[in-house]
Amino acid sequence: MINVNAVKKIYTSRSGKVTAVDHVDLTIHSGEIFGIIGYSGAGKSTLIRMLNGLEIPTEGSVSVAGHEVSKIKGSKLRKARQEISMIFQHFNLLWSRTVKENIAFPLEIAGVKKSAREKKVLELIKLVGLEGREDAYPSQLSGGQKQRVGIARALASDPKVLLCDEATSALDPQTTDAILDLLVDINKRLGLTIVLITHEMHVIRKICHRVAVMEEGNVVETGPVIDVFKKPKKEITKRFVQQVIEPEEAKDTIDHLIAQYKTGSLVMLGFVGESAEQPVITNLIRSFSVSVNIIQGKISPTQNGSYGTLYIHMDGEKEEIEKAIQYLHSQEISVEVIEG
Amino acid sequence: MTESLLPNVDWEIMWKATVETLFMTGFSIIFTFILGIILGITLFLTGKGNMWNNAFVNKVISAIVNIFRSIPFIILLVLLIPLTTFLIGTMIGPKAALPSLIIGAAPFYARLVEIGLREVDKGVIEAAKSMGAKPTTIIFKVLLPESMPALVSGITVTTIALVGSTAMAGIIGAGGLGNLAYLQGFQRGNGDVTLVSTIIVLIIVFIIQFIGDYITKKLDKR
Repeated sequence: MINVNAVKKIYTSRSGKVTAVDHVDLTIHSGEIFGIIGYSGAGKSTLIRMLNGLEIPTEGSVSVAGHEVSKIKGSKLRKARQEISMIFQHFNLLWSRTVKENIAFPLEIAGVKKSAREKKVLELIKLVGLEGREDAYPSQLSGGQKQRVGIARALASDPKVLLCDEATSALDPQTTDAILDLLVDINKRLGLTIVLITHEMHVIRKICHRVAVMEEGNVVETGPVIDVFKKPKKEITKRFVQQVIEPEEAKDTIDHLIAQYKTGSLVMLGFVGESAEQPVITNLIRSFSVSVNIIQGKISPTQNGSYGTLYIHMDGEKEEIEKAIQYLHSQEISVEVIEG
Repeated sequence: MTESLLPNVDWEIMWKATVETLFMTGFSIIFTFILGIILGITLFLTGKGNMWNNAFVNKVISAIVNIFRSIPFIILLVLLIPLTTFLIGTMIGPKAALPSLIIGAAPFYARLVEIGLREVDKGVIEAAKSMGAKPTTIIFKVLLPESMPALVSGITVTTIALVGSTAMAGIIGAGGLGNLAYLQGFQRGNGDVTLVSTIIVLIIVFIIQFIGDYITKKLDKR
């Protein structure tokens, strides 16, 4: 569906040349939700803008839904853009138009007749759950509602690809989740390919099938979300994974506990996919004569399996603990002994 | 009663002068609006980083706008006498004031239009592009509607300035309230004529301001 081939983007400014995107290759399949994560300045924004020709690569080629986006110009590019919609961090709605008129805008651009336009707009309003707000102006809507208008507007031209430019970064956590659910729903219902960029691992975890991690213009790691969670290769990826699986407070709690326990072992268990749904702790207590104290745990579902961490404290004979740890290792669980 | 208080005011002449002032203002504002919008959009779009980014065209238009905006109106009137006689056939009367009024006001309004357009959210323009909008669609369906309150308040300010200019044009024989106040009032020492003319001009200005503010407020849904 999307092919990014050896793409490079160099900006020339007065202070010299800045390489925003440096030799990126990406393949995104049809029907996939693909996430690109990186800190600000990593080049992800430039990359996503090259997918609909808002930026032209300095080198390399970009093809989206059968269009050579990096080469075509004028009316061809405009036609292609009707199949590649985009939603934005700051929604970018026209304040002078009502919800209905905003959603109708891409249809006006495509030259759809008025009666057909109205029918389509009402369908979309229903799809994104904005019934009753048709005639409101954007200024009368909440952030979440504005993004729903943005999504409805993006879907109006029946696109094949939806690009999300930090679409939830300006929203509160609850609204973020609601919008993400809506995106998953649209992806399933319409089979739409979704590409999103974000700096929040939470977003990747919740809805993406595959992820690319960007740093200084490079894609440093790609793979299915669950694999990246399981075995993050690069330091930056590890940091992003930590964002989700290890809340800030966890570290303080652990430090505090290490000081508190005089005997036994403090162990961090990492569960991925199937193993997250197994009764591992029950088996542990039944098979070994250790006492287990659960300190803190968290399981995060992703689009292709669950990922979780659990901090436990085991007490008992040293040998038994050793054996118990051996057992945990055999269960496809990552085990990290924090204090022996 | 008015005859004893305002002995020199001939209401028929006053009415005729008012109509002339309204005619000059109304007619020139239409052309100022059209010309100003065209110049303003061109200035904006040829500006750095915009759709028709063109430093040369931008500089040329910018220079013309600046020159005509800087020339004091009374001098512009005199400078444009040859053009006026060529276009209108005479340099006397309300019609003869129109070229100078328009050429004086349009560059001023063009700057206001440019400022108004610059206030339009870049993100919205980008969104329209991402939907595959043509440049004309972006101009007529995004730039103009999204800057409409600024365009209307700009034209209000320009109209009021134009009323002032018509009065000045009156001094060199364009007719209207300025002409009346100067010739009948000031030069003949009829203070009452000057006073009444001034009051009428003030009323016209207040009404324009009121209508402009009302429309601006109505349009602004932000």
